[in-house]
Amino acid sequence: MQLILESLFNGVAIGSVLLVAALGLAIVFGLMGVINLAHGELMMLGAYSTYITQLIFKQVSFLKPFYDSYVIVAIGIAFLVSGTVGILLERTVIRRLYGSPLETLLATWGVSLILQQFVRSVPLAYGSGLVIALFFGLFSPLFISDDLLHGAKGKLIRASTWGFSALLGVATGGILSSLVSKLGRASARNVDVTAPSWMRGGIDFVGITFPKTRLLIILITLISVLVVIFFLDKTAWGMRIRAVTQNRPMSDCLGISTETVDIITFGIGSGLAGVAGVAVSLLGSVGPNVGGNYIVGCFMVVVLGGVGNLLGTVLASFSIGIMTDLIGAGRLLTIWPDMPSPLYSTIDFFATTSMARVMIFALIVIFLQFKPTGMFPQKGRMVES
Amino acid sequence: MSIFSTKKSWINLTIWVLLIAIIIAAPSVLPVFRLNLLGRYLSLAIVALGVDLIWGFTGMLSLGQGIFFALGGYCAAMFLQLNSSGEFPNGIPEFFGLYGVEKLPFFWEPFKSSIFTLISIWFIPAIIAGLLGYLVFRNRIKGVYFSILTQAALLVFFNFFNGQQKLINGTNGLKTDVTQIFGQMVGSEIMQRWFFWISAVLVILAWFFARWIVRDRFGNILIGIRDDEARVRFTGYNPVIFKTIIFSIAGGLAGISGALYTVQSGIVSPQFMTVPFSIEMVVWVAVGGRGTLLGAILGAVFINYAKSLVSEALPASWMFIQGGLFILVVTALPEGVLGWIRKDGLKKLLFLIGINKKLETYPSLEVNEQGEVK
Repeated sequence: MQLILESLFNGVAIGSVLLVAALGLAIVFGLMGVINLAHGELMMLGAYSTYITQLIFKQVSFLKPFYDSYVIVAIGIAFLVSGTVGILLERTVIRRLYGSPLETLLATWGVSLILQQFVRSVPLAYGSGLVIALFFGLFSPLFISDDLLHGAKGKLIRASTWGFSALLGVATGGILSSLVSKLGRASARNVDVTAPSWMRGGIDFVGITFPKTRLLIILITLISVLVVIFFLDKTAWGMRIRAVTQNRPMSDCLGISTETVDIITFGIGSGLAGVAGVAVSLLGSVGPNVGGNYIVGCFMVVVLGGVGNLLGTVLASFSIGIMTDLIGAGRLLTIWPDMPSPLYSTIDFFATTSMARVMIFALIVIFLQFKPTGMFPQKGRMVES
Repeated sequence: MSIFSTKKSWINLTIWVLLIAIIIAAPSVLPVFRLNLLGRYLSLAIVALGVDLIWGFTGMLSLGQGIFFALGGYCAAMFLQLNSSGEFPNGIPEFFGLYGVEKLPFFWEPFKSSIFTLISIWFIPAIIAGLLGYLVFRNRIKGVYFSILTQAALLVFFNFFNGQQKLINGTNGLKTDVTQIFGQMVGSEIMQRWFFWISAVLVILAWFFARWIVRDRFGNILIGIRDDEARVRFTGYNPVIFKTIIFSIAGGLAGISGALYTVQSGIVSPQFMTVPFSIEMVVWVAVGGRGTLLGAILGAVFINYAKSLVSEALPASWMFIQGGLFILVVTALPEGVLGWIRKDGLKKLLFLIGINKKLETYPSLEVNEQGEVK
């Protein structure tokens, strides 16, 4: 019993990282039919944001008393950072390629290469300055009244917001690099995020120790999923997103601005990748390639879950997580020690993390033979496209 | 009709003459190191031809060609290792000793035969590609789904080969440059020259083969599948069969390419199955011009040459350049370089910078200075 519970917990922990990472990917895929290969790099940006936030909390004197809560601040910052970069990506690259998903795949791969090399060769302080400049450049027009923006001096106002944002970015970069000397130099080495003291150790319950970091990650995932469900089901923009997902031309005809829907969805999807990055940074060291380790798992979730609804994504993540743990950690063997020997040796052969992936892929391909469009396919009459 | 009557053929002919001139001149002009690099890139052109067949003609973007590439490489390396392991303990390749393996794993046995190896280099990848393809195509999985499934498959194969030390030396891979064939070291200069020639000849043969495939009705069906698969199905053809066949052909070409690449680079390792390498194959084709075959060869050779030159000079900048290339080629140059030239791209460029005059499309309707139709 204890063993099963422990196995279940580990599976859910693995699955929840997958889930929060795949959630954004699945929403964007459902809406735009686009797989974002730079999703892993957006996660990486989230992980680096956590690192930077942590350093700032450590170095800046007036933030020091609040050091323990930096993780919570980091979640918000990571969401904004990845969301900003995602929106920029949507507006500059993906929008041009609408209707050709394969080309989008390649272009986003190009973006991912650039992002990887960017964190290697640009000092993190100036990188964050750039992100801040982009953030204000993209969002400050929202707070200026339309009359001004489209008036006689509209162009001038837009240009000045960008100029102001650029100045702000340069200033941030300069201040950051002088405050925290570690951020002032470019480095390709992996960095480590140390968890605050309240997150170390575990909680003992019915004889099993649950590590607190894993519990926190499960909590983050739970909250993210609930917020996304609330947003999609209860708000006006959520309804518009669902409408465009179901039928884009019809929604367009009914006056929904599909352009804005695309931006919002892509921003939220990318932001969720950032949140996933925070979770990932708590599990291991952070490097330029950190996203690549998770991205294929996310694809598996999308393929297995289908794009019809979020329930598919949730179920697929948890089943992949639990399977990974059952097969990879060799738990099947401990749960059922006297299984017949050919089966035993087969399962023993797959009892490493990497071999478990092999097994799970095989199982997914077999599953797709019966349900080619995943667990919950999109309903309705679809023209094959 | 002469085959040189159209403009397209003239462009092709010019490029072929240049390419063959480079190939013939290279061995006497280039130092062995560079010649070896060129030979490698020529062998990569073969896998690019396969990518062009499945992506350019059939519209299936596979991000997993590295699987078949590496499989071909492993077949060749296993034969070479066995061929020159006589003096090692138990008569099996040296690395087995590190893991305490005394008996040759069963699947190594057939690779003692050179004929079996020559066949398996293309046959095993082709069979695996066909099987994988059939299971996927049967369920009408296509588009982005197909791409990410192939990528997942790639990662799975990578994990498998990476983890199996006792079977195929895991992450260290199999070395070939210190093995022997025909009484010569594979890494020796004379053998490398030979491999260069073999690669050059096989690229040309592979091009003819690919041409032959796409020329007739078979090629038309492939293009039909790319443009509208449902319509092909309604016309009475079964797209599954055609897609499986072409995917398996591309797999076979990848295998040949991998074997040639392995003997020229001196090692085959799971690194051949990393995700970036397989996507790079796609961008060679994209830059060269998809659906042009010749473009795939040009793209593979020139991008790789540029890569080695740039990474020697400025190691950090190649990732930026490559990333930019990906974005540029899909947004600004979807036809690739060759497709762009064929579509009068050069003339349009000259017109844009004001050197050439704009063509009069309908001379009879052109308006003269007095405002009258001529």
